[in-house]
Amino acid sequence: MQKIRRDQLLDRAISLLSDGTVNSVLGWQKGEFDYDVTPHIFRTEDELKEGFVWNDFCYSNFSKYLVAKTDRIEGRMLVFLKPCDTYSFNQLLTEHRFDREKVYAVGVSCEGMVDVNKLKAKADGISCVECVEGGLEVTTIYDDEAVFVDAKDVLLERCLNCKSKKHVAYDELIGEEGEIIDSARFDEVAKLEAMTPDQRFAFWQNELSKCIRCNACRDACPACTCETCVFNNSNSGVENKAPVNSFEEQMFHIIRAYHVAGRCTDCGECSRVCPQNIPLHLLNRKFIKEMNECYGEYQAGEEIGMRAPLVNYTLDDMEADEVLNRRGEDA
Amino acid sequence: MNREETLIPKIGVITDVRIDTPDIKTFRVVTPDGKKAFDHRPGQCAMLSIPGVGEAMFSITSSPTNEEYMEFSIKKCGCVTEWLHAAEVGQQITIRGPYGNPFPVDDVFAGNNMLFIAGGVGLAPLRSVINYCRHYRDRYGKIDIVYGSRSKEDLLDYKEIIEEWTKDTNVDVHLTIDREQPEWDGHVGFVPNYVKELGFDTDRIAVLCGPPIMIKFTLEGLRSLGFETTQVYTTLELRMKCGVGKCGRCNVGSKYVCKDGPVFRFDEIDELPDEY
Amino acid sequence: MLKCSLNKMNLVFAEIAKANTLYLPTDQNDGSAKFTKWEEGSVWSNALNTVRSPKDFFFPQTEDLMEFKVEGKNIELTDIRRESEDFVIFGVRACDVKSFEVLDRVFLVDPVDSFYASRREHGIIVALACTRPSETCFCTTFGIDCTNPAGDISVWKTETELYWQANTEKGKKLLASISALTEEGDAAEVDAQKEKTAAVMKKLPLADLTTDGFGAGKTMELFNDPAWDEMSQTCLGCGTCTFVCPTCQCYDIKDFDTGNGIIRYRCWDSCMYSEFTKMAHGNNRLTQKERFRQRFMHKLVYYPENNDGLYSCVGCGRCLAKCPISMNIAKVMKKIGGEKK
Repeated sequence: MQKIRRDQLLDRAISLLSDGTVNSVLGWQKGEFDYDVTPHIFRTEDELKEGFVWNDFCYSNFSKYLVAKTDRIEGRMLVFLKPCDTYSFNQLLTEHRFDREKVYAVGVSCEGMVDVNKLKAKADGISCVECVEGGLEVTTIYDDEAVFVDAKDVLLERCLNCKSKKHVAYDELIGEEGEIIDSARFDEVAKLEAMTPDQRFAFWQNELSKCIRCNACRDACPACTCETCVFNNSNSGVENKAPVNSFEEQMFHIIRAYHVAGRCTDCGECSRVCPQNIPLHLLNRKFIKEMNECYGEYQAGEEIGMRAPLVNYTLDDMEADEVLNRRGEDA
Repeated sequence: MNREETLIPKIGVITDVRIDTPDIKTFRVVTPDGKKAFDHRPGQCAMLSIPGVGEAMFSITSSPTNEEYMEFSIKKCGCVTEWLHAAEVGQQITIRGPYGNPFPVDDVFAGNNMLFIAGGVGLAPLRSVINYCRHYRDRYGKIDIVYGSRSKEDLLDYKEIIEEWTKDTNVDVHLTIDREQPEWDGHVGFVPNYVKELGFDTDRIAVLCGPPIMIKFTLEGLRSLGFETTQVYTTLELRMKCGVGKCGRCNVGSKYVCKDGPVFRFDEIDELPDEY
Repeated sequence: MLKCSLNKMNLVFAEIAKANTLYLPTDQNDGSAKFTKWEEGSVWSNALNTVRSPKDFFFPQTEDLMEFKVEGKNIELTDIRRESEDFVIFGVRACDVKSFEVLDRVFLVDPVDSFYASRREHGIIVALACTRPSETCFCTTFGIDCTNPAGDISVWKTETELYWQANTEKGKKLLASISALTEEGDAAEVDAQKEKTAAVMKKLPLADLTTDGFGAGKTMELFNDPAWDEMSQTCLGCGTCTFVCPTCQCYDIKDFDTGNGIIRYRCWDSCMYSEFTKMAHGNNRLTQKERFRQRFMHKLVYYPENNDGLYSCVGCGRCLAKCPISMNIAKVMKKIGGEKK
């Protein structure tokens, strides 16, 4: 699927490392299988040659790592960014969460990444995955013949509804620059809005009751960069790892959605990392859709230094009663 | 359910609060019917809690030979301890235990000269052993106690030390404070240096407790005096929730401080990774 | 060996459910499987395993321990424990059955955890042999035979039949209660299936993963391995691996003020969390490296040291499938243990 080859990124990483532009490379490391790629900080050419990969499983958004990994480092770190990652990158810069000077950003054009859960539902006992034009060739331990899996059947939800093939930040770009896409990413939200309040409550009740409070959504989220999260702070009075009751279970995700509203770039990592497959991105998209409707189109991270609608005031802002009346009888 | 459950505590009542230092208070605790909540051995700990605030592990400061009550010397440094410091006589709390292994007072220590070395609130766990040894005075040889704190006001159990310990036969108490102060004519200096100055013979068992940095330097000092790690004991403290080796957080290597400790001999600690 | 036709499974489940609460894996709308309470119409999932392990049945994510009423200076404590009722977990895989042994050695040693013990005594495990392992499976590394699961009853599912074998008194009793629905069966079909599955196990990508280099006595050798730095450097510090793990058993005890009294409850905790070992005056595991190392050292060295060499991993593969950054015990074992050989 990816049009950019691994070697293009590898060669560039090696030359930037050897000419001293950077002294480490935040990239993807090959795993045990062909699909379990791990974010890794490479420090030498040999390490890169041995372990660096670029394939259809490089879904991790590296932006958030820059906050911790470039803090107090000497020199610069190379980071590879897919178009969607660059929005988080800018948003973090807007919030002054890392030093731009410490980072050398290489944009990589992206054809969409694979949802491993979807892939596994198509083939169990995967022994080999080859990334090919339009999809994947998958071999399993149960079948010697490779089967072709169409990309559209296994792409991550966020890629099916990709909002932008355009990079909004980079020092250099590998591949062709794309366009911002008028995606269908709010369709699912519209379906939820069309439900009755009872149906909607039942939907979220069912989804959120699956939560095991592993905090993967929070820990992967580039908008969640508090040094001590309120839910980890024993002095906050709300510190917890498990819900006391089902009401609190819902509150965790709703509070988190409120907290990232206006800063969430809709990168989709929350839903990708959720071990319980809770469609958390729908909560965030609902907020984005609301803000777009009330205060005009806004894409967090599009430019550095933008003021999010919720922390900005303009004379054109919708008045409170208009917000309420917008939905007629629903309000 | 008719099963024993260690996590379910007993109710305790605070019957006395003694202000020891600006940040340490000693609490006397009995059950509502005026008895000791349970028996313990010197060096063992108990979980105290205030419902709604939290539960935490404390060493039992009083000696098992005190048959009327238990005492806990507690320094104010977190949620639970701050709450306790605000508590008044008559306040109920919860108590469960005893937890951990005690000092080997009846076998290894018996018949030996003893050297107790404590810094700051580190005297709290040692007070139980010291008073146990004083109670069974004829079972032990010479007892030396080296105790230091930041200032005279920060010396824990000062009244008991002066009025009781120093009056015992064959017990020598060596007090020190970190900095000179007007009403102090005793030794001034840090505990590790004082231990070296006093220059103890190695014909004794040493028991250390205090802040990590004090333990580190005192142990070095004892080594230079010729002490083997097999004759030096200490007691460790890590975060605990259950007290019985199940909640999984107080381990150093494969040893759980709550269950396999808190008392360790230094040669045992040498076998453990440096993560305490 | 007894057998029954797969067509009769609904009757079997209904019969079991008459006397016990019955749980079995069912498919969820997101494509995953989950243990759910059986009711008329429930469909037994074909999935290899559930995302959440069955440890929940004995050691739930959160459970109330006791209640307090506080009035002035007085505290009233209520013991709210109840004996568990009999329940059956149907379709537990061999790896997960083994995980109960790992948990038992924590919760059932003195002092026995009465909350766990009660559930364990009242739970009946019907263990299902594997026929289609996944690439993430590595139970054989820990000496587990997925074709011969332990449990109170072992069952083997073939094309048309389910074969039953009781292993314990509890199992015999349960099997007797459905005797009207079972008949004598020939073990030959089961043996053929075991052989076929065993051959697949040998082909798995992690078939050669070994525990060599780990186990009791390896603490000092492995603790300071420089690879911990590298392997933990992008760990997010979330608790996914610990919460999907069938053998992770760390817990926290917390109080919650309901406004009408205080509930002291216990919930799963994770050694991956920054505040896990945080004390008022410091933290002995300050960075993610120490926390990450703790998890794997515990499973591969500390636990075996305290438990006669038994490892605290059963090779179920859940963490391999669910870690957000695909860092897992198999990678650690290869890097820390394997490369040294």
